Amino acid sequence: MSLRLSNDDQAQLAGDCGPAARMAMTIIVRMAEVCDAGSLMDITAAHIDSALYQGGATLEFAERLAGLEAKVVVPTTLNVSGVDEHGWRDWAVPPEWAVKARRQMIAYQSMGCQPTWTCAPYQIESKPKFGQQIAWGESNAICFANSVIGARTERYPDLMDICAAITGRVPAAGLHLAENRAGQILMRLVDVPRRVQEDDEFYPVLGHLIGKIAQDRIPVVAGIEIVPAEDQLKALCAATASSGAVALVHLAGITPEASTLEAAFQGKSPQQTIEVTMERLRAARRELTTADGEKLDLVALGSPHFSLAEFQKLAPLVEGKQRHPGVQFLVTSSRLMTELADKAGCLAPLKQFGGQVTVDTCVLTTPMLHPEIKTLMTNSAKYAYYAPGLLNAQVVFGRLEDCVRSAVEGRVVRDESLWKE
Amino acid sequence: MVAAEAEGEALVSDEPLSFWGGYDQRTGEIIDRRHPLSGQIAAARVLVIPASRGSSTTTAVLLEAVRLGKAPAAIVTGTVDHFFALASIVADEMYRRPIPIVALPADDFATLQTGQWIQVRRDGTLIVKASREA
Repeated sequence: MSLRLSNDDQAQLAGDCGPAARMAMTIIVRMAEVCDAGSLMDITAAHIDSALYQGGATLEFAERLAGLEAKVVVPTTLNVSGVDEHGWRDWAVPPEWAVKARRQMIAYQSMGCQPTWTCAPYQIESKPKFGQQIAWGESNAICFANSVIGARTERYPDLMDICAAITGRVPAAGLHLAENRAGQILMRLVDVPRRVQEDDEFYPVLGHLIGKIAQDRIPVVAGIEIVPAEDQLKALCAATASSGAVALVHLAGITPEASTLEAAFQGKSPQQTIEVTMERLRAARRELTTADGEKLDLVALGSPHFSLAEFQKLAPLVEGKQRHPGVQFLVTSSRLMTELADKAGCLAPLKQFGGQVTVDTCVLTTPMLHPEIKTLMTNSAKYAYYAPGLLNAQVVFGRLEDCVRSAVEGRVVRDESLWKE
Repeated sequence: MVAAEAEGEALVSDEPLSFWGGYDQRTGEIIDRRHPLSGQIAAARVLVIPASRGSSTTTAVLLEAVRLGKAPAAIVTGTVDHFFALASIVADEMYRRPIPIVALPADDFATLQTGQWIQVRRDGTLIVKASREA
Protein backbone atom coordinates (compact mmCIF):
# COMPACT_ATOMS: atom_id res chain seq x y z
CA MET A 1 0.00 0.00 0.00
CA SER A 2 1.38 3.43 -0.75
CA LEU A 3 1.19 5.99 2.01
CA ARG A 4 -0.88 9.12 1.36
CA LEU A 5 -0.05 12.06 3.59
CA SER A 6 -2.38 14.97 4.29
CA ASN A 7 -1.26 18.54 3.65
CA ASP A 8 -0.71 19.00 7.38
CA ASP A 9 1.36 15.80 7.55
CA GLN A 10 3.50 17.04 4.66
CA ALA A 11 3.93 20.43 6.33
CA GLN A 12 5.18 18.77 9.52
CA LEU A 13 7.47 16.53 7.50
CA ALA A 14 8.90 19.51 5.62
CA GLY A 15 9.72 21.30 8.88
CA ASP A 16 7.02 23.98 8.56
CA CYS A 17 5.96 23.25 12.14
CA GLY A 18 9.51 23.34 13.48
CA PRO A 19 12.40 20.88 13.67
CA ALA A 20 10.95 18.78 16.52
CA ALA A 21 7.73 18.10 14.61
CA ARG A 22 9.84 17.26 11.56
CA MET A 23 11.90 14.71 13.52
CA ALA A 24 8.78 13.18 15.08
CA MET A 25 6.87 13.07 11.79
CA THR A 26 9.86 11.50 10.01
CA ILE A 27 9.77 8.64 12.52
CA ILE A 28 5.96 8.30 12.28
CA VAL A 29 6.10 8.18 8.46
CA ARG A 30 8.89 5.58 8.44
CA MET A 31 6.83 3.46 10.86
CA ALA A 32 3.72 3.91 8.70
CA GLU A 33 5.72 2.39 5.85
CA VAL A 34 6.76 -0.55 8.06
CA CYS A 35 3.06 -1.06 9.01
CA ASP A 36 2.04 -0.76 5.36
CA ALA A 37 -0.50 1.88 6.36
CA GLY A 38 -2.36 3.80 3.65
CA SER A 39 -2.58 7.01 5.66
CA LEU A 40 -2.08 8.59 9.05
CA MET A 41 -4.91 9.37 11.46
CA ASP A 42 -5.55 11.66 14.44
CA ILE A 43 -5.18 10.65 18.06
CA THR A 44 -6.72 12.71 20.88
CA ALA A 45 -4.60 11.61 23.86
CA ALA A 46 -1.24 9.98 24.55
CA HIS A 47 0.54 8.17 27.37
CA ILE A 48 4.31 8.25 27.23
CA ASP A 49 6.58 5.42 28.35
CA SER A 50 9.67 7.07 26.82
CA ALA A 51 10.43 9.15 29.92
CA LEU A 52 11.90 6.06 31.56
CA TYR A 53 15.68 6.55 31.71
CA GLN A 54 17.46 3.54 30.24
CA GLY A 55 20.90 5.05 29.68
CA GLY A 56 22.47 7.67 27.47
CA ALA A 57 20.40 6.99 24.36
CA THR A 58 16.99 7.63 25.92
CA LEU A 59 18.29 10.80 27.56
CA GLU A 60 19.87 12.06 24.33
CA PHE A 61 16.62 11.38 22.46
CA ALA A 62 14.59 13.26 25.09
CA GLU A 63 16.96 16.23 25.26
CA ARG A 64 17.24 16.44 21.50
CA LEU A 65 13.45 16.77 21.21
CA ALA A 66 13.27 19.17 24.16
CA GLY A 67 16.15 21.20 22.74
CA LEU A 68 14.22 21.54 19.48
CA GLU A 69 11.35 22.91 21.59
CA ALA A 70 9.04 19.98 20.98
CA LYS A 71 5.51 20.39 22.34
CA VAL A 72 2.79 17.77 22.57
CA VAL A 73 -0.44 18.67 20.75
CA VAL A 74 -2.81 16.34 22.64
CA PRO A 75 -3.39 15.79 26.39
CA THR A 76 -0.46 13.57 27.38
CA THR A 77 0.26 11.66 30.58
CA LEU A 78 3.60 10.22 31.68
CA ASN A 79 4.37 6.63 32.65
CA VAL A 80 6.91 5.67 35.32
CA SER A 81 10.27 7.43 35.32
CA GLY A 82 13.72 6.11 36.14
CA VAL A 83 13.78 7.53 39.65
CA ASP A 84 11.55 8.46 42.61
CA GLU A 85 12.19 12.18 42.20
CA HIS A 86 12.03 13.07 45.89
CA GLY A 87 12.55 9.72 47.63
CA TRP A 88 15.52 8.12 45.86
CA ARG A 89 18.05 8.96 48.60
CA ASP A 90 16.32 6.44 50.91
CA TRP A 91 17.49 3.65 48.62
CA ALA A 92 20.58 2.42 46.81
CA VAL A 93 20.09 4.60 43.72
CA PRO A 94 23.47 5.90 42.48
CA PRO A 95 23.38 9.74 42.46
CA GLU A 96 24.63 9.87 38.88
CA TRP A 97 21.68 7.73 37.78
CA ALA A 98 19.25 9.91 39.72
CA VAL A 99 20.57 13.10 38.12
CA LYS A 100 20.27 11.73 34.59
CA ALA A 101 16.89 10.09 35.17
CA ARG A 102 15.63 13.39 36.55
CA ARG A 103 16.96 15.29 33.52
CA GLN A 104 14.92 12.93 31.36
CA MET A 105 11.81 13.61 33.49
CA ILE A 106 12.31 17.35 33.08
CA ALA A 107 12.77 17.04 29.31
CA TYR A 108 9.36 15.38 28.89
CA GLN A 109 7.64 17.83 31.22
CA SER A 110 9.09 20.70 29.14
CA MET A 111 7.24 19.24 26.14
CA GLY A 112 3.95 19.73 27.97
CA CYS A 113 3.38 16.20 29.29
CA GLN A 114 1.57 15.94 32.63
CA PRO A 115 3.78 14.59 35.43
CA THR A 116 1.45 11.73 36.36
CA TRP A 117 4.36 9.24 36.65
CA THR A 118 2.26 6.11 36.74
CA CYS A 119 1.98 2.82 34.88
CA ALA A 120 -1.74 2.68 35.80
CA PRO A 121 -2.93 5.79 33.92
CA TYR A 122 -6.33 4.13 33.44
CA GLN A 123 -7.04 4.59 37.16
CA ILE A 124 -6.73 8.37 37.14
CA GLU A 125 -9.29 10.98 36.09
CA SER A 126 -7.83 11.62 32.65
CA LYS A 127 -8.36 8.01 31.54
CA PRO A 128 -9.63 7.56 27.97
CA LYS A 129 -13.17 6.73 26.89
CA PHE A 130 -14.70 3.90 24.90
CA GLY A 131 -13.82 4.19 21.22
CA GLN A 132 -11.33 7.04 21.73
CA GLN A 133 -8.30 6.92 19.43
CA ILE A 134 -5.17 7.21 21.58
CA ALA A 135 -1.43 6.50 21.39
CA TRP A 136 -0.33 4.74 24.53
CA GLY A 137 2.97 3.22 25.58
CA GLU A 138 3.46 0.80 28.54
CA SER A 139 2.43 -2.74 27.76
CA ASN A 140 0.06 -3.24 30.69
CA ALA A 141 -1.68 0.09 30.10
CA ILE A 142 -2.08 -0.61 26.38
CA CYS A 143 -3.77 -3.90 27.17
CA PHE A 144 -6.07 -2.36 29.79
CA ALA A 145 -7.05 0.62 27.60
CA ASN A 146 -7.94 -1.59 24.64
CA SER A 147 -9.52 -4.46 26.53
CA VAL A 148 -11.26 -3.04 29.58
CA ILE A 149 -12.05 0.51 28.40
CA GLY A 150 -12.44 -0.18 24.69
CA ALA A 151 -10.25 2.77 23.72
CA ARG A 152 -8.10 2.15 20.65
CA THR A 153 -4.33 2.09 20.67
CA GLU A 154 -1.69 0.12 18.87
CA ARG A 155 1.04 -1.48 20.96
CA TYR A 156 3.29 1.59 20.83
CA PRO A 157 6.94 1.22 21.73
CA ASP A 158 8.97 3.75 23.71
CA LEU A 159 10.20 6.63 21.53
CA MET A 160 7.22 6.33 19.17
CA ASP A 161 4.59 7.31 21.75
CA ILE A 162 6.13 10.78 22.11
CA CYS A 163 6.36 11.21 18.32
CA ALA A 164 2.60 10.54 18.15
CA ALA A 165 1.96 13.08 20.91
CA ILE A 166 4.07 15.75 19.15
CA THR A 167 2.47 15.25 15.73
CA GLY A 168 -1.01 14.17 16.90
CA ARG A 169 -0.81 11.50 14.20
CA VAL A 170 -0.27 7.74 13.97
CA PRO A 171 -0.34 5.19 11.15
CA ALA A 172 -3.96 4.21 10.42
CA ALA A 173 -3.34 0.57 11.15
CA GLY A 174 -3.57 -2.24 13.68
CA LEU A 175 -5.88 -1.90 16.65
CA HIS A 176 -6.99 1.60 15.66
CA LEU A 177 -9.20 -0.06 13.03
CA ALA A 178 -12.33 -1.94 14.13
CA GLU A 179 -11.74 -4.85 11.76
CA ASN A 180 -8.39 -5.63 13.39
CA ARG A 181 -9.93 -5.94 16.86
CA ALA A 182 -11.72 -9.26 16.32
CA GLY A 183 -10.79 -12.15 18.58
CA GLN A 184 -8.47 -14.75 17.03
CA ILE A 185 -8.25 -17.59 19.54
CA LEU A 186 -10.79 -18.91 22.03
CA MET A 187 -9.69 -19.79 25.55
CA ARG A 188 -12.50 -21.57 27.36
CA LEU A 189 -12.43 -22.07 31.13
CA VAL A 190 -13.26 -25.69 31.91
CA ASP A 191 -14.21 -26.65 35.46
CA VAL A 192 -12.59 -23.62 37.06
CA PRO A 193 -14.60 -23.24 40.28
CA ARG A 194 -16.28 -19.98 41.13
CA ARG A 195 -14.28 -19.65 44.37
CA VAL A 196 -11.10 -19.67 42.26
CA GLN A 197 -12.54 -17.07 39.88
CA GLU A 198 -13.40 -14.82 42.80
CA ASP A 199 -9.86 -14.90 44.17
CA ASP A 200 -7.40 -12.12 43.31
CA GLU A 201 -4.67 -14.70 42.68
CA PHE A 202 -6.60 -16.19 39.75
CA TYR A 203 -6.17 -13.13 37.48
CA PRO A 204 -2.38 -12.80 37.26
CA VAL A 205 -2.11 -16.58 36.85
CA LEU A 206 -4.74 -16.65 34.08
CA GLY A 207 -3.07 -13.65 32.43
CA HIS A 208 0.33 -15.36 32.47
CA LEU A 209 -1.17 -18.42 30.81
CA ILE A 210 -3.08 -16.37 28.21
CA GLY A 211 0.01 -14.39 27.22
CA LYS A 212 2.13 -17.52 26.79
CA ILE A 213 -0.42 -19.18 24.54
CA ALA A 214 -1.75 -16.18 22.63
CA GLN A 215 1.61 -14.40 22.06
CA ASP A 216 0.63 -11.64 19.60
CA ARG A 217 -2.87 -12.92 18.78
CA ILE A 218 -6.11 -11.56 20.22
CA PRO A 219 -7.53 -14.01 22.77
CA VAL A 220 -11.17 -14.29 23.79
CA VAL A 221 -11.74 -15.78 27.24
CA ALA A 222 -15.05 -17.53 27.82
CA GLY A 223 -16.40 -18.94 31.04
CA ILE A 224 -15.69 -16.23 33.61
CA GLU A 225 -18.85 -16.34 35.72
CA ILE A 226 -18.26 -13.33 37.94
CA VAL A 227 -17.69 -9.64 37.24
CA PRO A 228 -14.01 -9.13 38.06
CA ALA A 229 -12.93 -6.03 39.98
CA GLU A 230 -10.93 -3.35 38.18
CA ASP A 231 -7.71 -4.35 39.97
CA GLN A 232 -8.25 -7.98 39.01
CA LEU A 233 -8.51 -6.96 35.34
CA LYS A 234 -5.42 -4.78 35.81
CA ALA A 235 -3.48 -7.79 37.11
CA LEU A 236 -4.69 -9.93 34.22
CA CYS A 237 -3.71 -7.37 31.56
CA ALA A 238 -0.25 -6.79 33.07
CA ALA A 239 0.40 -10.54 33.09
CA THR A 240 -0.74 -11.16 29.49
CA ALA A 241 1.42 -8.27 28.29
CA SER A 242 4.50 -9.71 30.05
CA SER A 243 4.44 -13.37 29.02
CA GLY A 244 3.03 -12.42 25.62
CA ALA A 245 2.64 -9.45 23.29
CA VAL A 246 -1.06 -9.21 24.00
CA ALA A 247 -2.44 -5.71 23.41
CA LEU A 248 -6.13 -6.68 23.48
CA VAL A 249 -7.95 -9.47 25.26
CA HIS A 250 -11.71 -9.91 25.16
CA LEU A 251 -13.52 -11.42 28.15
CA ALA A 252 -16.86 -12.71 26.90
CA GLY A 253 -19.77 -11.09 28.69
CA ILE A 254 -17.46 -8.70 30.56
CA THR A 255 -15.37 -6.38 28.39
CA PRO A 256 -17.09 -3.78 26.18
CA GLU A 257 -16.37 -5.27 22.75
CA ALA A 258 -17.31 -8.79 23.89
CA SER A 259 -20.95 -8.62 24.94
CA THR A 260 -21.25 -12.04 23.29
CA LEU A 261 -18.73 -14.52 21.90
CA GLU A 262 -19.95 -13.70 18.41
CA ALA A 263 -19.36 -9.98 18.96
CA ALA A 264 -15.86 -10.67 20.30
CA PHE A 265 -14.98 -12.65 17.15
CA GLN A 266 -16.90 -10.21 14.90
CA GLY A 267 -18.79 -13.21 13.54
CA LYS A 268 -15.61 -15.06 12.50
CA SER A 269 -14.48 -18.47 13.73
CA PRO A 270 -11.61 -18.85 16.20
CA GLN A 271 -8.30 -19.97 14.67
CA GLN A 272 -7.77 -22.22 17.66
CA THR A 273 -9.65 -23.26 20.79
CA ILE A 274 -7.80 -23.91 24.03
CA GLU A 275 -9.22 -25.36 27.22
CA VAL A 276 -8.11 -23.56 30.37
CA THR A 277 -8.15 -26.22 33.06
CA MET A 278 -7.09 -26.11 36.69
CA GLU A 279 -4.13 -28.26 35.70
CA ARG A 280 -2.93 -25.65 33.20
CA LEU A 281 -3.51 -22.86 35.73
CA ARG A 282 -1.50 -24.70 38.38
CA ALA A 283 1.38 -25.10 35.93
CA ALA A 284 1.22 -21.38 35.04
CA ARG A 285 1.25 -20.48 38.72
CA ARG A 286 4.30 -22.68 39.32
CA GLU A 287 6.15 -20.93 36.49
CA LEU A 288 5.79 -17.58 38.18
CA THR A 289 7.94 -18.75 41.09
CA THR A 290 11.65 -19.34 40.54
CA ALA A 291 12.85 -19.56 44.16
CA ASP A 292 12.80 -22.71 46.21
CA GLY A 293 12.95 -22.75 49.98
CA GLU A 294 11.72 -20.30 52.56
CA LYS A 295 14.37 -17.59 52.38
CA LEU A 296 12.98 -14.10 51.80
CA ASP A 297 14.53 -10.61 51.62
CA LEU A 298 11.84 -8.34 50.20
CA VAL A 299 8.12 -8.20 49.57
CA ALA A 300 7.35 -5.96 46.57
CA LEU A 301 3.78 -4.97 45.71
CA GLY A 302 2.42 -2.57 43.13
CA SER A 303 3.18 -3.58 39.54
CA PRO A 304 1.18 -2.01 37.99
CA HIS A 305 1.11 0.82 40.53
CA PHE A 306 -1.02 0.18 43.61
CA SER A 307 -4.49 1.75 43.50
CA LEU A 308 -6.45 3.23 46.37
CA ALA A 309 -8.57 0.06 46.50
CA GLU A 310 -5.42 -2.05 46.84
CA PHE A 311 -4.11 0.17 49.66
CA GLN A 312 -7.51 -0.25 51.33
CA LYS A 313 -7.21 -4.01 51.03
CA LEU A 314 -3.66 -4.03 52.40
CA ALA A 315 -4.21 -1.72 55.39
CA PRO A 316 -6.30 -4.09 57.56
CA LEU A 317 -3.93 -6.98 56.75
CA VAL A 318 -0.91 -5.13 58.19
CA GLU A 319 -2.70 -3.22 60.95
CA GLY A 320 -1.22 -3.87 64.36
CA LYS A 321 1.49 -6.15 62.97
CA GLN A 322 5.23 -5.77 62.43
CA ARG A 323 7.29 -7.02 59.57
CA HIS A 324 10.23 -9.28 60.38
CA PRO A 325 13.46 -7.23 60.58
CA GLY A 326 15.02 -9.40 57.88
CA VAL A 327 12.33 -8.71 55.28
CA GLN A 328 11.77 -5.32 53.66
CA PHE A 329 8.22 -4.50 52.62
CA LEU A 330 7.72 -2.14 49.70
CA VAL A 331 4.71 -0.82 47.81
CA THR A 332 5.18 1.04 44.50
CA SER A 333 2.50 3.49 43.49
CA SER A 334 1.82 6.94 42.05
CA ARG A 335 1.97 10.20 43.96
CA LEU A 336 -1.77 10.65 43.45
CA MET A 337 -2.79 7.21 44.77
CA THR A 338 -0.38 7.51 47.70
CA GLU A 339 -1.91 10.83 48.65
CA LEU A 340 -5.43 9.38 48.41
CA ALA A 341 -4.35 6.36 50.46
CA ASP A 342 -2.91 8.67 53.10
CA LYS A 343 -6.16 10.66 53.30
CA ALA A 344 -8.08 7.40 53.60
CA GLY A 345 -5.93 6.42 56.59
CA CYS A 346 -4.22 3.51 54.80
CA LEU A 347 -0.61 4.71 55.00
CA ALA A 348 -0.25 4.99 58.76
CA PRO A 349 -0.81 1.26 59.45
CA LEU A 350 1.55 0.40 56.59
CA LYS A 351 4.29 2.60 58.05
CA GLN A 352 3.76 1.21 61.55
CA PHE A 353 4.11 -2.25 60.04
CA GLY A 354 7.53 -1.21 58.75
CA GLY A 355 6.43 -0.90 55.14
CA GLN A 356 7.67 1.73 52.69
CA VAL A 357 6.15 3.38 49.63
CA THR A 358 8.07 4.42 46.54
CA VAL A 359 6.42 6.65 43.95
CA ASP A 360 7.09 7.66 40.31
CA THR A 361 8.90 4.43 39.46
CA CYS A 362 9.16 0.76 40.49
CA VAL A 363 11.74 -1.80 41.59
CA LEU A 364 12.35 -2.82 37.98
CA THR A 365 12.86 0.65 36.53
CA THR A 366 15.22 2.27 39.01
CA PRO A 367 18.32 0.69 40.60
CA MET A 368 16.96 1.13 44.14
CA LEU A 369 17.53 -2.32 45.64
CA HIS A 370 20.74 -3.39 47.35
CA PRO A 371 22.40 -6.32 45.60
CA GLU A 372 22.07 -8.41 48.77
CA ILE A 373 18.35 -8.70 48.02
CA LYS A 374 18.34 -12.13 46.46
CA THR A 375 14.75 -13.34 46.94
CA LEU A 376 11.61 -11.29 46.61
CA MET A 377 7.96 -12.18 46.96
CA THR A 378 5.12 -10.49 45.10
CA ASN A 379 1.47 -10.85 44.13
CA SER A 380 2.23 -9.30 40.73
CA ALA A 381 2.82 -11.53 37.72
CA LYS A 382 4.67 -8.66 36.07
CA TYR A 383 7.16 -8.32 38.92
CA ALA A 384 7.44 -12.11 38.99
CA TYR A 385 8.08 -12.26 35.25
CA TYR A 386 10.79 -9.61 35.02
CA ALA A 387 12.56 -9.70 38.41
CA PRO A 388 14.85 -12.66 37.67
CA GLY A 389 16.32 -10.96 34.58
CA LEU A 390 16.35 -7.34 35.73
CA LEU A 391 17.24 -7.78 39.40
CA ASN A 392 19.22 -10.99 39.19
CA ALA A 393 16.95 -12.21 42.00
CA GLN A 394 14.80 -15.24 42.68
CA VAL A 395 11.09 -14.65 42.96
CA VAL A 396 8.13 -16.16 44.80
CA PHE A 397 4.63 -15.48 43.50
CA GLY A 398 1.85 -15.48 46.09
CA ARG A 399 -1.41 -13.88 47.10
CA LEU A 400 -1.48 -10.57 48.98
CA GLU A 401 -2.35 -12.23 52.32
CA ASP A 402 0.61 -14.61 51.94
CA CYS A 403 2.96 -11.73 51.10
CA VAL A 404 2.00 -10.05 54.38
CA ARG A 405 2.23 -13.27 56.39
CA SER A 406 5.64 -14.07 54.92
CA ALA A 407 6.90 -10.56 55.76
CA VAL A 408 5.78 -11.07 59.37
CA GLU A 409 7.27 -14.55 59.74
CA GLY A 410 10.46 -13.70 57.89
CA ARG A 411 10.13 -16.70 55.58
CA VAL A 412 8.01 -17.71 52.61
CA VAL A 413 4.62 -19.08 53.62
CA ARG A 414 1.92 -19.77 51.06
CA ASP A 415 -1.65 -20.94 51.42
CA GLU A 416 -2.09 -23.60 48.74
CA SER A 417 -5.70 -24.46 49.51
CA LEU A 418 -7.15 -22.62 46.50
CA TRP A 419 -5.02 -24.69 44.13
CA LYS A 420 -5.39 -28.13 45.78
CA GLU A 421 -6.30 -31.02 43.50
CA MET B 1 11.55 -3.63 7.33
CA VAL B 2 14.59 -1.46 7.99
CA ALA B 3 17.25 -1.62 5.30
CA ALA B 4 20.93 -1.95 6.18
CA GLU B 5 23.77 -4.42 5.66
CA ALA B 6 25.30 -6.74 8.22
CA GLU B 7 26.63 -10.22 8.72
CA GLY B 8 27.17 -12.51 11.65
CA GLU B 9 26.69 -15.88 13.24
CA ALA B 10 23.05 -16.81 13.72
CA LEU B 11 21.57 -17.14 17.21
CA VAL B 12 18.16 -18.74 16.80
CA SER B 13 15.16 -19.42 19.01
CA ASP B 14 11.49 -20.03 18.34
CA GLU B 15 10.59 -18.15 21.53
CA PRO B 16 9.79 -14.38 21.41
CA LEU B 17 11.90 -12.06 23.58
CA SER B 18 11.32 -8.81 25.47
CA PHE B 19 14.56 -6.81 25.39
CA TRP B 20 13.55 -5.00 28.58
CA GLY B 21 14.21 -7.59 31.23
CA GLY B 22 15.55 -9.90 28.54
CA TYR B 23 18.63 -8.22 27.05
CA ASP B 24 21.50 -6.56 28.87
CA GLN B 25 22.28 -3.45 26.81
CA ARG B 26 25.74 -3.16 28.40
CA THR B 27 26.92 -6.67 27.51
CA GLY B 28 24.55 -8.04 24.86
CA GLU B 29 23.68 -11.01 27.08
CA ILE B 30 20.19 -12.48 26.98
CA ILE B 31 19.05 -12.29 30.59
CA ASP B 32 15.45 -13.53 30.47
CA ARG B 33 16.02 -16.52 32.76
CA ARG B 34 12.93 -18.27 31.38
CA HIS B 35 14.13 -17.95 27.76
CA PRO B 36 15.95 -20.79 25.93
CA LEU B 37 18.75 -18.37 24.94
CA SER B 38 19.35 -17.20 28.54
CA GLY B 39 23.08 -16.60 29.05
CA GLN B 40 23.93 -16.36 25.35
CA ILE B 41 25.62 -13.24 23.99
CA ALA B 42 23.68 -11.78 21.06
CA ALA B 43 25.90 -8.74 20.47
CA ALA B 44 27.31 -8.71 16.93
CA ARG B 45 25.35 -11.85 16.05
CA VAL B 46 22.27 -12.17 13.85
CA LEU B 47 19.45 -12.69 16.33
CA VAL B 48 16.66 -14.84 14.88
CA ILE B 49 13.47 -14.84 16.97
CA PRO B 50 9.79 -14.87 15.99
CA ALA B 51 9.03 -11.43 17.50
CA SER B 52 9.39 -9.25 20.54
CA ARG B 53 7.01 -9.58 23.42
CA GLY B 54 6.15 -7.81 26.64
CA SER B 55 7.46 -4.42 27.56
CA SER B 56 7.25 -1.37 25.33
CA THR B 57 10.68 -0.41 26.70
CA THR B 58 12.23 -3.03 24.39
CA THR B 59 12.94 -0.25 21.89
CA ALA B 60 14.76 1.90 24.44
CA VAL B 61 16.95 -1.04 25.48
CA LEU B 62 17.80 -1.88 21.87
CA LEU B 63 18.62 1.77 21.08
CA GLU B 64 20.93 1.96 24.10
CA ALA B 65 22.58 -1.29 23.01
CA VAL B 66 23.21 0.26 19.57
CA ARG B 67 24.76 3.34 21.22
CA LEU B 68 27.03 1.13 23.35
CA GLY B 69 27.98 -1.14 20.44
CA LYS B 70 26.32 -4.17 22.07
CA ALA B 71 23.33 -4.64 19.77
CA PRO B 72 22.82 -7.68 17.55
CA ALA B 73 24.33 -7.21 14.06
CA ALA B 74 20.83 -7.75 12.65
CA ILE B 75 17.48 -9.05 13.83
CA VAL B 76 15.45 -11.52 11.77
CA THR B 77 11.84 -12.14 12.80
CA GLY B 78 8.97 -14.33 11.68
CA THR B 79 6.42 -11.49 11.79
CA VAL B 80 6.49 -7.75 11.20
CA ASP B 81 7.65 -6.54 14.60
CA HIS B 82 7.14 -2.82 15.17
CA PHE B 83 9.33 -2.62 18.28
CA PHE B 84 12.54 -3.74 16.58
CA ALA B 85 11.75 -1.64 13.50
CA LEU B 86 11.19 1.51 15.55
CA ALA B 87 14.41 1.04 17.54
CA SER B 88 16.41 0.71 14.34
CA ILE B 89 14.69 3.72 12.71
CA VAL B 90 15.50 5.88 15.74
CA ALA B 91 19.08 4.53 15.77
CA ASP B 92 19.28 5.73 12.17
CA GLU B 93 17.78 9.17 12.94
CA MET B 94 19.92 9.67 16.07
CA TYR B 95 23.22 7.98 15.30
CA ARG B 96 23.06 7.06 11.59
CA ARG B 97 23.54 3.47 12.77
CA PRO B 98 20.44 1.46 11.78
CA ILE B 99 20.64 -2.28 12.20
CA PRO B 100 18.90 -4.36 9.55
CA ILE B 101 15.51 -5.72 10.62
CA VAL B 102 14.15 -8.43 8.35
CA ALA B 103 10.77 -10.19 8.58
CA LEU B 104 10.74 -13.60 6.87
CA PRO B 105 7.86 -15.83 5.75
CA ALA B 106 7.30 -18.69 8.22
CA ASP B 107 8.79 -21.39 5.95
CA ASP B 108 12.04 -19.49 5.47
CA PHE B 109 12.22 -18.51 9.13
CA ALA B 110 12.00 -22.19 10.13
CA THR B 111 15.13 -23.11 8.12
CA LEU B 112 17.51 -20.90 10.13
CA GLN B 113 19.72 -22.51 12.76
CA THR B 114 22.15 -21.32 15.40
CA GLY B 115 25.73 -21.34 14.10
CA GLN B 116 24.90 -20.59 10.48
CA TRP B 117 26.58 -17.53 8.96
CA ILE B 118 24.02 -14.99 7.76
CA GLN B 119 24.70 -12.05 5.49
CA VAL B 120 21.90 -9.50 5.30
CA ARG B 121 21.81 -7.47 2.10
CA ARG B 122 20.35 -4.01 1.78
CA ASP B 123 17.39 -5.28 -0.23
CA GLY B 124 16.42 -7.58 2.66
CA THR B 125 17.63 -10.84 1.14
CA LEU B 126 19.70 -13.18 3.29
CA ILE B 127 22.68 -15.26 2.23
CA VAL B 128 22.95 -18.22 4.58
CA LYS B 129 26.00 -20.46 4.86
CA ALA B 130 26.56 -23.45 7.15
CA SER B 131 29.41 -21.56 8.84
CA ARG B 132 31.59 -18.52 8.27
CA GLU B 133 34.22 -20.59 6.49
CA ALA B 134 31.80 -22.63 4.38
